Amino acid sequence: MATAADRVPVAKTYKIYIDGKFPRTESGRYLAINDKRGALLANVCRSSRKDFRNAVVAARKAQPGWAKASAYLRGQILYRIAEMLEGRREQFVAELRAGGVTAKAAEQDVDRSIDRLIYFAGWADKYQQVFSAVNPVSSSHFNFSVLEPMGVVAIIAPDEPGLLGLVSNIAPAIAGGNTLVALASETEPLSAISFAEVLHASDVPAGVVNILSGLKSELIEHFASHMDVNAVVCCEGGRKQRRQVQTLAAENVKRTVFRIDTDWRDAGALNPYLIRDTQEVKTTWHPIGV
Amino acid sequence: MGTNANRADAAVGFPDLSRVPPVDEVGVNERVARFQSRSIKKASKVEALKCILSMIDLTTLEGQDTPGKVRQLCQKAIHLHDAMPGLPHVAAVCVYPNMVAVAKEALRGTDINIASVATAFPSGMSSLDLKLDDTRMAVEAGASEIDMVISRGAFLAGEYRYVFDEIVAVKEACGDAHLKVILETGELRTLDRVRRASELAMHAGADFIKTSTGKIQPAATMQVTLVMLQAIRDFFASTGRMVGMKPAGGISNAKLAIHYLVMLKETLGNAWMTPEWFRFGASSLANDVLMQLEKQATGVYQSADYFSKD
Amino acid sequence: MATAENTLAFSGGWEYAPAPESTDHIEVASRYGLFIDGDFVRPEKGRYFDTINPATEERLSRVALAGPEDVDKAVKAARKAYSSVWSRMKPAERGKYIFRIARMLQERAREFAAIESLDGGKPIRESRDIDIPLAAAHFFYYAGWADKLEYAFPGRRPRPLGVAGQVIPWNFPLLMAAWKIAPALAAGNTVVLKPAETTPLTALKLAELIADAGLPPGVVNIVTGAGDTGSAIVEHPGVNKVAFTGSTAVGKRIQKALAGGRKSYTLELGGKAANIVFADAAIDQAVEGIVNGIFFNQGHVCCAGSRLFVQESVADEVVEKLSQRMETLIVGDPLDKNTDIGAINSKMQLDKIRDYLKVGEAEGGSLHQASGKLPRKGYWCRPAFFTGVSQSSRVVQEEIFGPVLAIQTFRTFDEALEKANNTPYGLSGGVWTDKGAKIFRMTQGLKAGVVWANTFNKFDPTSPFGGYKESGVGREGGLHGLDAYLRLGE
Repeated sequence: MATAADRVPVAKTYKIYIDGKFPRTESGRYLAINDKRGALLANVCRSSRKDFRNAVVAARKAQPGWAKASAYLRGQILYRIAEMLEGRREQFVAELRAGGVTAKAAEQDVDRSIDRLIYFAGWADKYQQVFSAVNPVSSSHFNFSVLEPMGVVAIIAPDEPGLLGLVSNIAPAIAGGNTLVALASETEPLSAISFAEVLHASDVPAGVVNILSGLKSELIEHFASHMDVNAVVCCEGGRKQRRQVQTLAAENVKRTVFRIDTDWRDAGALNPYLIRDTQEVKTTWHPIGV
Repeated sequence: MGTNANRADAAVGFPDLSRVPPVDEVGVNERVARFQSRSIKKASKVEALKCILSMIDLTTLEGQDTPGKVRQLCQKAIHLHDAMPGLPHVAAVCVYPNMVAVAKEALRGTDINIASVATAFPSGMSSLDLKLDDTRMAVEAGASEIDMVISRGAFLAGEYRYVFDEIVAVKEACGDAHLKVILETGELRTLDRVRRASELAMHAGADFIKTSTGKIQPAATMQVTLVMLQAIRDFFASTGRMVGMKPAGGISNAKLAIHYLVMLKETLGNAWMTPEWFRFGASSLANDVLMQLEKQATGVYQSADYFSKD
Repeated sequence: MATAENTLAFSGGWEYAPAPESTDHIEVASRYGLFIDGDFVRPEKGRYFDTINPATEERLSRVALAGPEDVDKAVKAARKAYSSVWSRMKPAERGKYIFRIARMLQERAREFAAIESLDGGKPIRESRDIDIPLAAAHFFYYAGWADKLEYAFPGRRPRPLGVAGQVIPWNFPLLMAAWKIAPALAAGNTVVLKPAETTPLTALKLAELIADAGLPPGVVNIVTGAGDTGSAIVEHPGVNKVAFTGSTAVGKRIQKALAGGRKSYTLELGGKAANIVFADAAIDQAVEGIVNGIFFNQGHVCCAGSRLFVQESVADEVVEKLSQRMETLIVGDPLDKNTDIGAINSKMQLDKIRDYLKVGEAEGGSLHQASGKLPRKGYWCRPAFFTGVSQSSRVVQEEIFGPVLAIQTFRTFDEALEKANNTPYGLSGGVWTDKGAKIFRMTQGLKAGVVWANTFNKFDPTSPFGGYKESGVGREGGLHGLDAYLRLGE
């Protein structure tokens, strides 16, 4: 005869992350996430265009402050995120495993995610030196080109690997001073949403990173068309989505970055060009005289 | 608003130096390059060359000057190149105070002005009393224009009130003679200081402001002259009083002088395009202008051997 | 302020006699074919169009109208040249060809300058002192990159993209051709370029020069035509990279046309730059910067400083000085060496500018235009500015592309910055102040790709140029300008 459990476990409610808070979706709609045997793991928010809009407002509001934060500070905050993730390593491994990832792969992905944060933490105060230039113009002017963040970046994160893919796209964007709205993996969203809790505990100012869960088919057009988004980074979709994103992006000459075939577990995903993708080049002239 | 009527009461008080605008050297160079890219040809060149002749203060300021030399210079001033009829005469001859009487005698019966440097020219390193005596002596000997030097040492030391008061005093000593105030821009070094010194001089009552003594390099440049012209324009806008301009030293060929005229026209407009308001302080410019005029008339390039030196 | 007694008089008096640049030395053919695969060829359909001198409205030449079949031929020639010659050539040798173009352009500068002014209406002083020397310098700069590309992108192995399809505007015809062709060739690509329909001649002369330089046939192809020809290039499946300079409206159409494809693209689009003058600025140089900002090249400049913001305490002074300075600007014959403002490029553009002058007045703006005579024939516009306009005015918001300045005042730093950035454009900006710290805060705050501090409208081959927001994607010039023509593999 079965006996009642000593204690009923408390299930976690997965919410979205906007402006440093954890609201439920305003749509009131949810998506069921099952384990590999088909049993319900959790419900996640099926974010709406209004959730996205709110997230963009938060990201825009946070933009000037984050862009102005010193490179040293951005690096330290990225490092802090890594520390917090390391501290909750077991939780994330368990979450990935629950979603069907093997034990070894789950451990590797969490480790890679932590290491990737460290990698970009280190870049925060260096990419500028690598990509900037003092330009030897012929006239009596001092002329230099520096990188500046594009502003608000909308990211369609890769479905797989859910955590590592999200971290690999968030880290370079914020290392470069952008604020962002990311749509988490559709198939492996749980660890991504939990990652928002790590961010929340890591001195990342409210609004700098906003994370939604939901359906790409519903949200991608809004990510691409929103007139206050400066760039869209798209890690999913075929030619059709690419056309849709680029067509809508043209309305405000949004920059589009496609990272479709990237193997996020590969060392090739470790490079500062991922930061540069969401940077503008600004050139300044000044006379040299007495 | 001030008026232009009373020269003796030209001082308008110590200027508010905090309102003197800064000057950007590279921007000035670019503007000057635009003047220099003007192409002055044919009739407008002839008109310019004659205008330049009429604006020249024919100058000799040397320790070796003698009455003989000064008389020769005056002869040249009267007879620039008699082979070419219809030429204007120069505006003035410019000499040391002890040569003024000689020049006055030599120029009798012409309306060529006599300008004299004074105030312990060229350094200005003397007492105010001596400078005033120097000025009075030149005026009494017959100079109608006095070219004074400012105390650059005091200016560079920030003693702007001293510099101002000195100009006011010399102006008073000038009586009816016009006062040209030499800033010696080559010792001021920066365009910001040139602008500031121009303001001081005009506010203290200068009738003209002048770049240089000719004894310090660089002497006149288009850059410093532009800054001084702009100061004159702004002074005119705020007081209604016209002040004249005299670049001196280093303007030895006609082409450069034409560029100065272009700069004058495009900065201050037509009203300043007369010897009353613009002078070239020069010794060898006149002959180059004459050679250019001859070339324009004959189409043949000229030799200096055909134009009298003094 | 100006009163009757202290106004300066600039008109009348001593005037500059006409000083026309000689055109004896230039050769313009009565008809030009398409430059494809190293030869000038007839267009398949045999159609031609006129290119006229906007200062006289007279025809200069007839130029081939390229249809899709001609574009196809050009792209195929470029592909063949890419695969068989250009991508296989040693980079250093490639560079030597580009150096050779630079040198030959310097040698023929006088002829190119005169033709540029004849065909486009810009003053000879600008073609002679700016457009042509800068075009040559651009080739010279990028030539040297050809065998050094791996040093430009640390950790990457750069490779060319293939065939670059390039569409350029009428405001800087030869210079834009240089901006497009030089980095493309240095990076190892081949080119199909279309000059604007109103200003094709210097690009065609460049084609002659390139043939004389002995470049392998097909490396550079120049096809002439209007918008349809441009679309045919942009949409041609054999083109790997599109580079466009022109209006934001067309730029958006191109971005859409390319959506979903694999072509990379760079866009240099419109602008409505803020030029901000603080009370502590070197006012006379600022006024000169305002003039260079908006009246350079008749205001046909995407980065023109078309919105002036003056701090209130010096606004009257600046406006007065500006209007005085405008009286000394000479509008007229582009070939006259003393002309400051030449002919408006086309009838269409002149009509558009005139419309905006009416719009500005209808919106309540106060229009001031320089006095002075205009020639009877040709397309002309006196330099103009509006005061009494605001952020909501169309003449403040929209790109006029003519010698028309919109002046507003501001009180505080934050107000100036906010108004400056309150636009969908972000190509350039200007700031005038004597205070270093303020310069850096303003240049950091402006959302624009090029910021001129205490100067304006300066260009150099080493200096990257390009916009934020709706002013474009990507950079041209400098090390950063190479990026657009390379694939950065590991």
